[in-house]
Amino acid sequence: MSTQVDARGLSCPQPVLMTIDAIKAEKKGEIEVMVDTETSKENVSRAAENKGWDVTDVAEVDGVFRITIRK
Amino acid sequence: MSLKNIFATRWGIVGVGIVIGILAALLQKWGNPGNMGICVACFERDIAGALGLHRAAVVQYIRPEIIGFVLGSLGAAYLFREFRPRVGSAPIVRFVLGVFAMIGALVFLGCPWRAVLRLAGGDGNAILGLLGLIFGIWIATLFLRKGYNLGRTQPTHKAAGWMMPLIMLSLLALLIVFPQVEGQDRSGVLFYSLKGPGAMHAPLLISLGVGLAVGFLAQRSRFCTMGAIRDFVLFRQTHLLSGFIALVAAAFVTNLVVGQFHPGFEGQPVAHTMHVWNFAGMMLAGLAFALAGGCPGRQLFLSGEGDGDAAVFVLGMIVGAGISHNFGLASSPAGVGPYGIAAVIIGVIVCLFIGFTMSKRIA
Repeated sequence: MSTQVDARGLSCPQPVLMTIDAIKAEKKGEIEVMVDTETSKENVSRAAENKGWDVTDVAEVDGVFRITIRK
Repeated sequence: MSLKNIFATRWGIVGVGIVIGILAALLQKWGNPGNMGICVACFERDIAGALGLHRAAVVQYIRPEIIGFVLGSLGAAYLFREFRPRVGSAPIVRFVLGVFAMIGALVFLGCPWRAVLRLAGGDGNAILGLLGLIFGIWIATLFLRKGYNLGRTQPTHKAAGWMMPLIMLSLLALLIVFPQVEGQDRSGVLFYSLKGPGAMHAPLLISLGVGLAVGFLAQRSRFCTMGAIRDFVLFRQTHLLSGFIALVAAAFVTNLVVGQFHPGFEGQPVAHTMHVWNFAGMMLAGLAFALAGGCPGRQLFLSGEGDGDAAVFVLGMIVGAGISHNFGLASSPAGVGPYGIAAVIIGVIVCLFIGFTMSKRIA
């Protein structure tokens, strides 16, 4: 079961801050981050990769991006 | 997923910074005021003056660059299916932040965009402004780390996202219907400057064209002068910063090539030498931009892609320009205005109040 981060409706830097908080809490495993702008999608993916996590999936449904990151 | 956004890569953002830096320096060559090829705060202030929201005779012009920023971003957002109408993240707070961001910027005489263009033109006073900007953003990052946020937006009607683009189209229509008449300070409902920075501008089509290009590129690359510093302070991320530095470097080289580089502190165009207030004015502006989540340019680009809260921030800045000049808060080359210092202190207190009280954890 992956950890969920719901950053819908939030603008930068909140989605990245929330993702990094989750990364620090989990250390490894799988995290699913929900955002609703392309900018947040790019920022969250970039931040996760900088922290050494892999972006394994990005799915868009009804304007919501679900970004799956794994380490 | 659609095409990968090349503008969101490292070379993408650096390329955008270079293009903006060159165009900004050239706009000065083509008629814009010194070290003011692009200044979002100054240009919104000039728009406020053209509409008569203040009556400072030397700063009145509907700046087509601002119109282009919003419409260029709108075009890019539609082309790449990123137009997302959204509202509802504490608009009144964003309005107040916009007002004080403008007040701070006009004490320094420039926004972050102009601060680096002043630096690239050799104006040493810009160093104080940039240090203030960094300090103000650093304060805001302390609040961000404690959970400061203005709440979530909600998706809304498409027409709501069109409000700021429609306002910009209206300004363009006014500019076309009531063009400048040689030697006249009024044309229909619009005010024009006969001298001073407001009288200095590149030809309309050039200004509009550059504005559209910058708006388009900035929407794609998420270019943000405040975010550049914030992301470095907060995450040690250099993505946006590399674009910002590319802008300074490109403007500097262009200035050298066209003979616009004049190093010094005294007698710089549209600048004063009161170091403490150059620092403090930009500290206030940086704090307000960071609490609102974007530099004044980014707020325009966001309003172009449907962000109604960013649009409210923009309106706050335009109203703030009216307040600044009507109340004697804005600086001039002679130094700070009679109430500028008091306004900066009040502004910092208001921003700290917002930072301290809006740090609730997000549900």
